[in-house]
Amino acid sequence: MLEVRDLSKSFGGLKAVDHATFDVRQGEIVGLIGPNGAGKTTLFAAIAGFHKPEAGRVTFEGRDITGLAPHKICGAGMVRTFQITQPFAKISVRENIMVGAYFHTADWRVAAREAEAVARAVGMEGQLDQRGADLTVAGRKRLELARALATHPRLLLLDEVMAGLNPTEILDIVEVIKRIRETGITILLIEHVMQAVTSLAGRVYVLNQGRMIAEGTPAAIAEDPQVIEAYLGHGAAGALRA
Amino acid sequence: MNRPLLCLAGLGLAIVYPLAVPNYFVNIGMLVLFTAFIGQSWNLAGGFAGQTSFGHVVFFGTGAYTSTILQVTYGWNPWLAWPVAMIAGAAVGWMIAVLSFRAGLRGSYFALITLAFAEVFRILANSVSFTRGGLGMLIKADQRPLNFQFKDPIWVYYLALALCVVSILIAWQLTRSRFGARLIAVRENEDAARALGIDVFAEKVKVLTLSGAMCAAGGTFYAQKYLYIDPNIAFGVDKSVEMLLVSMVGGAGTTFGPLIGSLALTAINEVTRSLASVVPALKNVQPLSLVVYGIMLVLIVARLPDGLMGMFRRRPHHA
Repeated sequence: MLEVRDLSKSFGGLKAVDHATFDVRQGEIVGLIGPNGAGKTTLFAAIAGFHKPEAGRVTFEGRDITGLAPHKICGAGMVRTFQITQPFAKISVRENIMVGAYFHTADWRVAAREAEAVARAVGMEGQLDQRGADLTVAGRKRLELARALATHPRLLLLDEVMAGLNPTEILDIVEVIKRIRETGITILLIEHVMQAVTSLAGRVYVLNQGRMIAEGTPAAIAEDPQVIEAYLGHGAAGALRA
Repeated sequence: MNRPLLCLAGLGLAIVYPLAVPNYFVNIGMLVLFTAFIGQSWNLAGGFAGQTSFGHVVFFGTGAYTSTILQVTYGWNPWLAWPVAMIAGAAVGWMIAVLSFRAGLRGSYFALITLAFAEVFRILANSVSFTRGGLGMLIKADQRPLNFQFKDPIWVYYLALALCVVSILIAWQLTRSRFGARLIAVRENEDAARALGIDVFAEKVKVLTLSGAMCAAGGTFYAQKYLYIDPNIAFGVDKSVEMLLVSMVGGAGTTFGPLIGSLALTAINEVTRSLASVVPALKNVQPLSLVVYGIMLVLIVARLPDGLMGMFRRRPHHA
């Protein structure tokens, strides 16, 4: 469904993403993990059109979308959320979600109904009239999810929807994400915390210093010495085994 | 509060008002409605879409000059020149939007570029021949309705009322339409708007084009009322400030903000004017209303960021 080939993006002399290659297949939940500063968010931004990659190709459902503007990529059926949540602060949760729903309808009644349905799906039905600015961190993360869902995407790019949440909130949102997948939406998930991904993703890619260093099931990844070293430092894999 | 009923009552009052008061007050009422109208044109771009402009008068002046030149130089009927003036205003709005937003100007940079455009237009109007430069343009008095000139000020008042009602309907339509929701999304967060499939550039260009057309309609109305324009009237910074002020005071991004703001500022204007003529100590503070405007704007920005409308609106998050 999504094919990323040799994607590179640098800022000045720093190679934030260095020839990253990976695939997301229809119907899966794929995790993209890596230590802080690995380039995960930059890779996301480059896929979703927020940064122009300087090399490589992004193909979505067979169509080359490399370097397209974000709104066109949304139009192709792929939507991202933001790690640093970006609510429309001064308007209500309902109106926030309606902005997403307006992507496929011009009728405000339809958009309002859609907003309520989506709010129910992510467990925000009690907060429809709250302002974006007044939500808790967990609420904002859900709102990111809800707005993106309201555009009816086929592929959802989630940037650290669990960061900053407490364990109960994480369990809740994991359930929400599982339900979203059951409705047929494919999900690519960035997480800093590995445990959060293991309960959701069928396959995991590991990014370190802009390069893809491993790919596999969560269990296999957790054993991979390269991954352990990326997270814990050079020589850590050997030390753990000893 | 029953809003539709309140609106109807307000409209009824506005219709009856000029029949009950002397001409002086009819004129003041006309100014309130007219300022609310051009304030609303600012509010569409500055309030709803968050594209704050310091030079909205550029559209006002474009409208005033377009219809006046067509009328005075080419003998057009002013009613026919009116829509052409609006098209000219829309074209200038489109041009400024494309140039500034292509260059990625946002926030205060955009505000300053609009101010610069207004100044360039003022200087041009002062120096080119077809505007008769600093002499200004006089429209020959010929008080017939067919000529967009009215003997009885009540008709000017009703025309201003009609413009004001139309502008409020446009703003109200925005609060319940996709276009309006997109403008607000652009104002609140451009990146999030983009991610949700909104072509931010296109929406901003659209709203500035619409705003330019509306404001230009106000320019023609003004020229027909006073039958004289010059570069300082048509492109002076005062009008820009007035439009911004009534929206901010009343509540930027709200349907009734500009009208409420216009009412409040006109009231202040009248009160301070009579105060200045009564209290000798205030006689040299000229004009006193500007001092009060300034204080009010500071208070509004500090205490009531949603303007006077913010006091009426129930805050959902307190529920």
